[in-house]
Amino acid sequence: MNKEGVILIAEDDEGHFELIKRSLQRAGVCNEILRFADGQETLDFLFVRGDGAKREHDKEYLLLLDIRMPKIDGMEVLEKVKKDPELKKIPVVMLTTTDDPRTIDRCHDLGCSVYIVKPVEYQDFAEAVRKVGLLLSVVEVPQIDGMPKTKGAVK
Amino acid sequence: MNKEAVILIAEDDPGHVALVKRNLWRSCIENDILQFKDGQEILDFLFRRGSRAKREEKAFYLLLLDIRMPRLDGQEVLRQMKEDEELRKIPVIILTTTDEASEVDRYYEMGCSFYMIKPADYNKFMESVENLGVFLSLEGVRVPQIDGAGHS
Repeated sequence: MNKEGVILIAEDDEGHFELIKRSLQRAGVCNEILRFADGQETLDFLFVRGDGAKREHDKEYLLLLDIRMPKIDGMEVLEKVKKDPELKKIPVVMLTTTDDPRTIDRCHDLGCSVYIVKPVEYQDFAEAVRKVGLLLSVVEVPQIDGMPKTKGAVK
Repeated sequence: MNKEAVILIAEDDPGHVALVKRNLWRSCIENDILQFKDGQEILDFLFRRGSRAKREEKAFYLLLLDIRMPRLDGQEVLRQMKEDEELRKIPVIILTTTDEASEVDRYYEMGCSFYMIKPADYNKFMESVENLGVFLSLEGVRVPQIDGAGHS
């Protein structure tokens, strides 16, 4: 992933977010990291809506997405992102405590890049995220142009 | 990754296949690895056609896909897989020497999971594959079970 690329983390648990951020940095990932506390915030950013921070044009993004979040959950975010002809290019890494075959199946059907179950132990979780960081350091991520082509979730 | 998942490698260069396998093993990947030397072979396997080995039902797969291959190229393989309602769930990681931005864009649009460039430098190539292997060896990585025959 290019140095200018931005890593988006949609995670309602602040402790988990801090751990993810630190572990990525430990893996040598020095990209900008943005946090979203729920699905609504994530979609507002991506679809360039609302008063919060907004996505910039011609930038690389990658999304780490939790499933269980308030307001709009991760599955719905994934669905909206993958239905938009432009946003669908963003690689989405599901990072969740949900270890259910139907959810795993559904997320791959919707088009997530990879699905990772969060380990319960703190150390294992940190190590898992560090390994995600190693992967991110060797993959290419596309630039996302202009406006989304669809309106996404308007609520 | 789920231990029962099988890693499929579609790559025509035997040297690259050997290097990828070696480095996946070095990162403690315990999964079975199957190799295919062109796009036709991998599609025959996935769509359960022809006389060679065929995909098993209810199995778990992940595909490492080269782009430039004889007969059918990686782009066509990815296109046909993503058009099939069952096979589309298989995560596909592109491993290629092509580094044009427009290609990266196109493959993500078609639904690849990740796009990785094989570095020309041997040691860097090894390092990249090892990083990929370390990631795939993560216990929490889950790939879906693929049912029955291809639908298309």
